[in-house]
Amino acid sequence: MAISSFPRRTAIRFNRRQRTLGAIALCTLFLVAIVLSNQFMGDTGLDPVLTQRNQPPSFVHWFGTDWLGRDMLVRSLHGMSLSVRVGLLAASFSAIIGTGLGLAAGTLGGKVDAVITWIIDVFFSLPHLVLLIMIAFAVGGGTKGVIIAVALTHWTSLARIIRAETLQVNSSDYVQLSYKLGRSPVWIARHHMLPHVIPQLLVGLILLFPHAILHEAALSFIGIGLSPHTPAIGIILSESMRNLSTGYWWVGVLPGLLLLLAVKAFDTLGENVRALLDPKTSQG
Amino acid sequence: MDMQISIASFILRKLFRLALLLIAVAIFSFVLISLSPIDPIDAYVGADMLQVSPEQREIIAQRWGLDQPMMTRFGLWLGQLASGNLGMSMIFNQPVSAVIGSRFQTSLQMLAIAWVLSGTLGLAMGVLAGARAGSWLDRIIRFYAYTLASSPTFWVALLLLIVFSVSLKVTPICCATPLGMLTKDVTFWQRLHHLILPAATLSIIGVANIALHTRQKLIEVLNSDYVLFARAQGETLTGIIRHHGLRNIILPALTLQFASLSELFGGSVLVEQVFSYPGLGKATVEAALRSDVPLLVGIVFFSALFVYTGNTIADLTYQIVDPRIRMGKST
Amino acid sequence: MLLVQDLSITFTMYDRGLAQKQLAVITQLDLDVQAGEVVAVVGASGSGKSLLAHAILGILPDNAQVSGTILFKGEPLTPHRCRDLRGKSIALIPQSIGYLDPLMQVGRQVHRTAQLSGLSQPAAKAAVDRTFHRYGLAARVKRLYPFQLSGGMARRVLVSTAVVSQAELVIADEPTPGLHPDIVTETLNHLRELASEGKGVILITHDIEAALQIADRVAVFYAGTTVEIAQAQDFPSGKIRHPYTQALWRALPQNEFIPIPGSQPNPEALPLGCLFSDRCSWVTPECQSDRPPFLQVRGAPVRCIHADR
Repeated sequence: MAISSFPRRTAIRFNRRQRTLGAIALCTLFLVAIVLSNQFMGDTGLDPVLTQRNQPPSFVHWFGTDWLGRDMLVRSLHGMSLSVRVGLLAASFSAIIGTGLGLAAGTLGGKVDAVITWIIDVFFSLPHLVLLIMIAFAVGGGTKGVIIAVALTHWTSLARIIRAETLQVNSSDYVQLSYKLGRSPVWIARHHMLPHVIPQLLVGLILLFPHAILHEAALSFIGIGLSPHTPAIGIILSESMRNLSTGYWWVGVLPGLLLLLAVKAFDTLGENVRALLDPKTSQG
Repeated sequence: MDMQISIASFILRKLFRLALLLIAVAIFSFVLISLSPIDPIDAYVGADMLQVSPEQREIIAQRWGLDQPMMTRFGLWLGQLASGNLGMSMIFNQPVSAVIGSRFQTSLQMLAIAWVLSGTLGLAMGVLAGARAGSWLDRIIRFYAYTLASSPTFWVALLLLIVFSVSLKVTPICCATPLGMLTKDVTFWQRLHHLILPAATLSIIGVANIALHTRQKLIEVLNSDYVLFARAQGETLTGIIRHHGLRNIILPALTLQFASLSELFGGSVLVEQVFSYPGLGKATVEAALRSDVPLLVGIVFFSALFVYTGNTIADLTYQIVDPRIRMGKST
Repeated sequence: MLLVQDLSITFTMYDRGLAQKQLAVITQLDLDVQAGEVVAVVGASGSGKSLLAHAILGILPDNAQVSGTILFKGEPLTPHRCRDLRGKSIALIPQSIGYLDPLMQVGRQVHRTAQLSGLSQPAAKAAVDRTFHRYGLAARVKRLYPFQLSGGMARRVLVSTAVVSQAELVIADEPTPGLHPDIVTETLNHLRELASEGKGVILITHDIEAALQIADRVAVFYAGTTVEIAQAQDFPSGKIRHPYTQALWRALPQNEFIPIPGSQPNPEALPLGCLFSDRCSWVTPECQSDRPPFLQVRGAPVRCIHADR
């Protein structure tokens, strides 16, 4: 049967799939570069250079310099690398908690499910930042405080998703049959649940990181987070506020922009991976 | 009559859940503070103790159960909270309830404006983007929304502060009122002048989320069977949105609006910090930084109440507005 | 009134890993409907019959590629013409209540349909009242919501949407599944009435017995193509020609109740030759090499080279 406009369809196919893979590659490269920039730069650029204070952005100093003459781009990269690593760590803990509880709620059902769901609801009843501040304060602040606070608060969304996915798989016919045929729960978990749960887990995990990083930055900005001696982006921004009326805008705006780009990279990465794994949600 | 009974039972159920929630928050807070270097009872009593005479100290010691085991102290503490005694704020030297009351009033003006603005603008943008999905308008709106959703709140606030207060000098750099003026002398317009930038910041960020979700809902509606049938009858896109679109997204939109209260509260913590706006958000930060436990715990309770009320109202609107729930499924 | 020639509809969809796949849902469909007659389009569930209705109305999704000709009253149905005619000259009776806005009273929805067909406010109101009265729906039904309607009432409301529009061509999409036999008969009679008034009616269904109750001609649909267009009386008199039609007839409970072995071909990979060849008892090598054209056999078009047995 003659089907018209064949070349047009090949062009579309090239665009969409290649675009998704390209986006994934680009984002991953960018993020890896940020994290590894720490290794390459070592400790250069963090010491005061009093002869170059308060210079606006130029070709020499892309992000300008601060009141101590430190290159802002270098500082920002250090800070970003730190923030990303802290965020990754906290988010990973969160993911483990979330997946564990989500799986437990979905498979064990009954009272366990009810209790876990109720706990999730309680967490959702408080504004996220208030909860973070509370926990960080209780644990004593600092890097430890941030990691624990973020880890203990970000697991809820992931738990919900995993729980929903697990429930759906569990109640499906072929799993019921497997149970009746005498397969052990472990076997079922490996062969039936995991293929369904893993894509959601992967996407959920990737999308968890940007939230963790943003919240770590927020806590540091307020002063309950990372130590003020580190160049974390939140710290840089809060320092920039002290010199606000001097008009040296690049000290606050540009580092924040870097943070924005990193978070956006994570989000884009997550969305594209989701598109690859589950085309239904991205048919539009 | 039926409807009144069902609303009454609904409210009762919600109150019960609220009680459970508050107890959970209480346990949670107590445990957390106990884990911290600070003893919760000391914190409450300490603030009280500063003010009083030795005889009253005895009374207070008894009231808070200073030398009793943990569970009893928790019980007594809970009792105090339940009867409205949230303790004394160290920083402000006032009862916590008074502090929360006055600071919330200040925040409320800003929050209310931001809430309304982000709701209406978000709805409009979401409808526009969803109706013209795939067009350049949709792309622009989506780019804006996604970018803002990934932005640090305090950075956006800083950006606006730099542009409008430092460079253009059209808005004040800080605070809710001009410095050095007596409260009663401050005019309405001056207040407005001071809260416009914080409110705008919160709105700009809040719009993003609402726009994205509204857009998604509208796209779902436009892909539904009944819209297909409407098209089969000759309805144009504008007609569809007018007669079917708005009707079917208004309930999800309301839920979204009330759910955004949580984010708004969190955002206000950061925004008030940047603009030095003396609201509840800034008070939260001060309480945490200066270890004012009664105030911090009080704010946690208050925020839980605030968010819960918002969600309950959203649920209630569903009960009232959706005819399927209102009249009960008879099929 | 309506002439469909060689219609083909293909969908482009995204699969896992964002690979693309083509679904040829309708291939070489031929159909014609005259004013005053009921033509039934009979085929198994999921064979793309609803898509025919959507194609005629011009409301196919964007990822559909359409080729072939559709003529309405002698003029081709371009997308522009579809926009003008749908709701006015061509109306759809949808499958279920799910096709009505769940948050809007049915009276208002039917009123809107009447307005869309060109009637003024008062004329539309009168049309709604008149139509509801005609189908025995009390005035209070207008204020009900779709979920509150019983099966029979729902059917009558859906028919009303087509009737208030004064359309000349009415397409009824699967009007009978899951209904009580009395309601089925009532619904079919409504459609017969519409034909008697001079409208053209296309009845899309998988229920061949229901179709035969009111149809003048039956177009048999298999795997996205028409295999035969027979007169209704050809069925009971045994004059049906295509092997699939015969097998369908034999499969009915009151006949021999013999099911047809196998299943429909996959629209992602249609066979080169006749689409029925893998399940046909008359199959020869020529069947599998080329798609058989529409041939006149004993007074009716059939797509089978062995139909004259």
